[in-house]
Order: sequence, then structure tokens, then C-alpha cells
Amino acid sequence: MKVLVPVKRVIDYNVKARVKSDQTGVDLANVKMSMNPFCEIAVEEAVRLKEKGVATEVVAVSIGPQQAQETLRTALAMGADRAILVQSDQDLEPLAVAKVLQAIIGEESPDLVLMGKQAIDGDNNAVGQMLSALLDWPQATFASEVVVEGGKAKVTREVDGGLQTLEVNLPAIVTADLRLNEPRYASLPNIMKAKKKELAVKELGSLGVDTKPRLKVVKVTEPAKRSAGIKVETAGDLVTNLKTAGVL
Amino acid sequence: MAVLVVADHDNASLKDNTHKVVTAALAMSGDVDVLVASAKVGEIAAAAAKIAGVRKVLTAESAELGQGLAEAVGDLIVGLMGGYDAVLIPATAQGKNFSPRVAAKLDVAQISEVIEVVSADTFVRPIYAGNALETVQSADAKKVLTVRPTAFKAAADGGSAATESVPAPGAPAKVHFVDQKIVKSARPDLGAAKIVVSGGRAMGSAEEFQKVIEPLADKLGAAVGASRAAVDAGYAPNDYQVGQTGKVVAPELYIAIGISGAIQHLAGMKDSKVIVAINKDGDAPIFQVADFGLVSDYKTAVPELMAALEAAGK
Ligand SMILES: Cc1cc2nc3c(=O)[nH]c(=O)nc-3n(C[C@H](O)[C@H](O)[C@H](O)COP(=O)(O)OP(=O)(O)OC[C@H]3O[C@@H](n4cnc5c(N)ncnc54)[C@H](O)[C@@H]3O)c2cc1C
Repeated sequence: MKVLVPVKRVIDYNVKARVKSDQTGVDLANVKMSMNPFCEIAVEEAVRLKEKGVATEVVAVSIGPQQAQETLRTALAMGADRAILVQSDQDLEPLAVAKVLQAIIGEESPDLVLMGKQAIDGDNNAVGQMLSALLDWPQATFASEVVVEGGKAKVTREVDGGLQTLEVNLPAIVTADLRLNEPRYASLPNIMKAKKKELAVKELGSLGVDTKPRLKVVKVTEPAKRSAGIKVETAGDLVTNLKTAGVL
Repeated sequence: MAVLVVADHDNASLKDNTHKVVTAALAMSGDVDVLVASAKVGEIAAAAAKIAGVRKVLTAESAELGQGLAEAVGDLIVGLMGGYDAVLIPATAQGKNFSPRVAAKLDVAQISEVIEVVSADTFVRPIYAGNALETVQSADAKKVLTVRPTAFKAAADGGSAATESVPAPGAPAKVHFVDQKIVKSARPDLGAAKIVVSGGRAMGSAEEFQKVIEPLADKLGAAVGASRAAVDAGYAPNDYQVGQTGKVVAPELYIAIGISGAIQHLAGMKDSKVIVAINKDGDAPIFQVADFGLVSDYKTAVPELMAALEAAGK
């Protein structure tokens, strides 16, 4: 069974994004970038499927600038077998990303696509579901447990109010939530080995996919700042203040 | 233009999120219909028909719609979109599950987590864990939006819309519902509660979480929330998680106990009206957004708070 894992290079989750003064976007110059944490979880799950002997090959794919090669090397160091970079300096919208992935899937024919439920930059939570709709493959989003057996995946999902379990026929799209696993750190020997693994680079234009933006970004602004309030000395003072504020 | 709002419900009753999304829809157009897709639409549809400003309530009933299968709900909406220029979907786990499918099938962008309707084609949405707000204008013929309910006031009741049933799509062939464990709680809904009491990693165990956080919440008639660290460690169920990738809340009062205030947690609660932080580390980032901070060990602070509330007649 072949597993495809899309991964995205994003601002590191520990870094607080700053809005550019000209309101055109977020300032990413000289900011630490990393693999999107949900993508890391997806890579980990795919590698575990391979270690269990369920998956035979794990292919990581990223759409992004040249530097996204580093993100793919991280996936390779975690245990992916090979990688594909669809190179583009364009910032693609989720629908375009889904269409590019659809094209790659057409070439690679994986049995399972494991991906993060959301990227922590755009916070859209959309690509997996869009891809499922475009391919007419079943979807199981927000996964906290995945069991693959007999051409099916049994997926436990985090839903409003609790957990839901679905069984999807393969090929399928599964998106990872936080509780699916705890991703490993790549070991030094594996980082070295990853340098020798295959990383193919394709130009976005070569895929013939319509990636024109549908949305015009009018402006990007900073949210209203919340200022720190006061420190109270005792629980009694707290209650008095809350009563005065009218919230008790 | 005609706008379709997809109702939020638990298969038994209509949720207030629906009223909030109707408010967003009414900012786009006067022609707003509500779709109730459920295993049993009766009471939910009746409640939706009462929302002031709603033109018509559409209902579709099937087991798969009740299970919230994204393929079923998505197909239903796509089939109805011939008659609508926009569909507004609550940004709940359920809504986010099917909404992008609708966008993809219509070949349009999804505009996620809308917090402000500037005009019928221009919207504001948070990005980067709420550290930036993006205003986007859509050139697509049809708009697909998920709407963050906490950003809108609930539309009042007082309407009497007609109800019309539409056929439910067939069962999806490639996905099967196995089971569902939904925790029924007597407490208010996390997303809709006026007060939320949240516990963090400091609790150290599920027993401690239940012993400390829950009685305080019950005294205040509050919902219970948690940080990711508390959920990951099994102190609290997954759907208690407040944050960038969990639930977004904006209650009148948010009390964070033993929570450091990571960016991802703040993203889910910084729009609360009043924030209280109890943390033994006076430098914890949570104090930068707290209106009232109590630098103290929760083990003494929470019992004292219980007593002070008691003394204040709570
Ligand atoms: C992709 C991604 C998504 C995430 N999404 C979310 C999300 O949606 N929601 C979320 O909450 N987090 C999220 N996180 C995690 C987030 O980064 C933090 O790790 C998490 O919020 C920390 O939880 P905490 O504050 O409970 O724990 P800690 O950061 O460990 O803080 C514990 C706090 O308790 C205090 N404390 C300890 N003992 C006591 C005591 N006896 N009395 C009083 N105070 C005490 C400490 O001083 C400390 O400030 C996400 C992370 C990633 C990478």
C-alpha cells in the first residue's frame, strides 16, 4: 500500500506572526519556518503504517518555494521514502492546492492520502475535504486513530461533543488531528540518510492546473490589542472585581 | 441575492450558533433560508422557523445526514445551490467537515472562519492563530463561507417562516458509520456559555481536573474548557480543547486556571469579555491578556475562590 503525505512549510508554531506595516500580509522575512505541526503528525502516522508493514511506500509531497525542500528532507528523515516538490513562489489558495494534489495523485496513484487537518498559517482546514470531493474518494477528517485493514481504514474522529468512528474504503483521504500521535524527532543518522533519498522537483506550471486566486486580499491588519489588566491579591478581591465588572 | 444558512444542531434541538450565522447572512442579504439536515428534523426545523428574518426553512431527513457524513451533507447542499448565491456554514467541527466539499464541487474558494461581513462579497477572517486579520474579496459567482459564531450576535426569535422538505441524497457508497461516543453533559455548551472555566496542564491528573475545575464551573453555571496539554494528557475530553485548533469561545467571563497562555490557546479565548487567570507564575503570558490576574497556586486559590463566591451568595 502506498501512502501519500502532503506537507507544508509554515511559520514555526512558537513564533508570533507580525503584520506588515503596509497591510499587505504577514512578515515572514527572517522568521523561523518549520513543517506545519499537523503535517508532521500525518508523516508520523504514515511512517508508523510502514513500520507495521501495512504501508509499503511513503511519498511526501510539498507545494511551495525552493526552501520547501528542507521541509521535505525533514519528512524523509522521519522515514518517508521519497519526496516531490511542486515548486512555486505563488501563495496558493486551498482549492488550488487540492487541484495540484489531485494532479500528483493522478501520477502516483496512492491508496491512502494522510494529511494535516489544517495549516497554522492560513488556518483554513479545507484542503483534505476539497481533495476528497474532487477525487470522489471518501474522507475521514480530524483523525485521532487510524487502523488500516482489508482495503479499508477505520478512523476515529474528533467531533463536536466527542468521538465518531467511520470506516472508509480505500483509496481515501484522512486528515490528522492533534491526538493521532506524537511525532518523532529525526535522529542524526536518519537526517544523514535523508540527504540521499530521492527528491524530485516539478515546476507548478508543468502540471497544467488552474491555480488562479479566487480571493483578493484587500488588506491584512492587526487585531485589536488586549491590554493586561490588574493583579489582584486575594480570591475575595477577585470576586469583588468581577461583580463590579458585571460578569457575576 | 439569496443566502442559505446551514443549521447547527445535535439531532434533537437547534443550537444558538444557527441564530448567530443567520445574523451574518442578514448582513449580506434579506433573502435568508435555513437548511436543517438531520436524522429527525421536526423540532429543529420548528425552532429554525421562529428565527426573525428567515424566509424559509428547508428540511432533509436521513440517517446519514444525522450522522453528519460529509459526503451526504455536502451533496445535499451542492444540489440546492442552484437557487442560492451564498451558503453560510457554522465553523464547528461538523461544519468544517463538509463545507470545503461544497466549495470544491462548486469550483469556488471557501472563505473560512468569517468574523465580519463587510459587504456581500468582502469578509474578514483571522489567520495565523488570530494574530492577523485578513480582509478578502471574493470574485466567485457563489460564496461558500464558514462563519465563526462567537463573532456575531444571535438573531432573535419572532419569525414564522414556512417549512419545505427537500429530498435527502442517497447514502454515500464508500464510507460507513461505525459508532459515535457523544458525551452528554448537563453543563452549558462550551461555545455558547456565558462563563467558561478552563484547566491546564497544572491539574496533573483527570481526578484533580474533576475535583478542581468542575465544582467551580458548576458553582458558576459555567461550561468547562481545557488547554491542549490537559486534553493530550487525558485530564479532559478532546472536545473541551479551547484554542486555534479546538473550540473558539467568547464568553462574558473566561477563567483560566493553571494555563500558561500559549499563542494557540489565546487564539481560542482572547475575545472573551473578561478574562481571569490563576497561575503561580507571575510571568506567564496569560497575564498579558487577563483583566484580573491572581498569582497563586491554584490549590489554595480555587478553594478560596469557592469560599468567596459562597460568601457573595453564589
Ligand atoms: C499545531 C498546534 C496546535 C495547538 N492547538 C492548541 C489549542 O487549540 N489549544 C491549546 O490550548 N493549545 C494548543 N496547542 C498547544 C500550546 O502550544 C501549548 O502547548 C498548550 O496550550 C499548553 O497548555 P497549558 O497552558 O495547560 O500547559 P503549560 O504551558 O505547561 O502551562 C501550565 C501552566 O500552569 C502553571 N502552573 C503549574 N502548576 C501550578 C499551580 N499549582 N498553580 C497555578 N498554576 C500552576 C504554570 O506556571 C504554567 O503557566 C497547540 C500546539 C500546536 C503545535
